[in-house]
Parts: sequence; structure tokens; C-alpha cells
Amino acid sequence: MIETWIEVIFNIIVAIFLLAGSFFLISSSIGTIRFPDVYTRLHATTKASTLGIASLLIGAFLFLYIQHDIISGKLLLAIVFTLITSPVAAHMISRAAHRVGIKPVTKNRTDEYEQAIHKQKQQQK
Amino acid sequence: MNSLLNVTENIILIATIISITAIGISLILLVYRIISGPTNVDRAVALDAAGMNMMGMAALMAIMIPTTKLNDVILLIGVLLFIGTIGVAKYLEKGVIIDRDLD
Repeated sequence: MIETWIEVIFNIIVAIFLLAGSFFLISSSIGTIRFPDVYTRLHATTKASTLGIASLLIGAFLFLYIQHDIISGKLLLAIVFTLITSPVAAHMISRAAHRVGIKPVTKNRTDEYEQAIHKQKQQQK
Repeated sequence: MNSLLNVTENIILIATIISITAIGISLILLVYRIISGPTNVDRAVALDAAGMNMMGMAALMAIMIPTTKLNDVILLIGVLLFIGTIGVAKYLEKGVIIDRDLD
């Protein structure tokens, strides 16, 4: 009796996790379409995608644990790996974009990374 | 009691179908950004996001056809996505993927 109640509650939790993850993924994709710049697109993509992927994989993990009695360590490892490597990849891409020479859209403020590089070069001389 | 259990399992199935549809629409939007990105860096960003969506699609497929063989696929897509993104970023930055002078 109590086991069926636990199973019902976990099924609803799995459905909520899946819907939340797909919502964050599609919102990150809409941000990739709508934002005007490489850096703002990275801002939309990497954070919302990381949250959505973590939520979807937690949902899949709970589903496998409830339905098949399997504790899948690979899914947990995939969550941890995504949380570690996604900011690193975004940082590499943004630095590559700045070195290629793409100017950020700067309304009411200046390019602070460019100023920092300029100041460092002046200190080295 | 068993009818309530069946109802919640159907809720999981419907949620999975809705999520697959949403990720499909998301992939279509990302393919638009990949094709018509103004620069190559935009294409790299959109490819990164497309790989993330592929991981989610594999997880949803593992729920849809109840199997456990797809967990390796999810982990492998994550690892290859990271290595591919780093390679593309290094290529766009200097034109040299493996450089020996560690600056």
C-alpha cells in the first residue's frame, strides 16, 4: 500500500523534472535566436542548457530507479561532467571570439576586457 | 489504487512526448543559427547547444523505450562534446589545435 503511494509520488516528480528540463532547453534555444551578440548568446546558451540537462538527467535517473530498480552511476557521472565542463567550454569560446576581433554590443558601457589587456601590456613595457 | 498508478505512468509518457517535441523545436531553431550565423563563433556556440540537446534527447529516448543501454551513449556524447568544443575554440583562436608552447 505504502509502496504504491511512494511510486505514484515519484512518478509525478519524474514528470515535473522532465517538463522543467525541456522548458529550460527550449528557452536557451530561443535566447540563441533572439540575442544580438556572441557573448550574450553564450550567456543564454551555457547556463540554461546546463540547468536543463541536469534536470533531464535527474529525471531519467529517478525513472530508472523507480521502474527498474537500477542505480545508474553513469547518469550521475554525466551530470557532474556536464556541470564541470560546460563553463570551461564557454570560457574558451568567448576568449576565442574576443581574440578573433568580434566587438561586443556595448550600450552605455565599455569593453572592460579590452581595457584590462591594454593596461597589462602597458605594465609589461 | 492500481488505477492511480496507471494514471501517473501515463502522465510520465505524455510528459516524455511533450519534452521530445520541445527539444525537436529547439534543435530546429539551433540549426537555423548554425546555418545563418554571422560569424564562425556563433556556429560554434550553436553546435555546443545542439550537443547538449542531443544528450537530453538520448535521455528521453531511454525513458520512452525502457532500456538501460543508452546511459553509455549519454556519457559518451558529453565527453565528445567537450573535446569537440575545445578543439573548435582552439582552432578559431589561433589556427593551431595542439600547440607546444604553453603560454
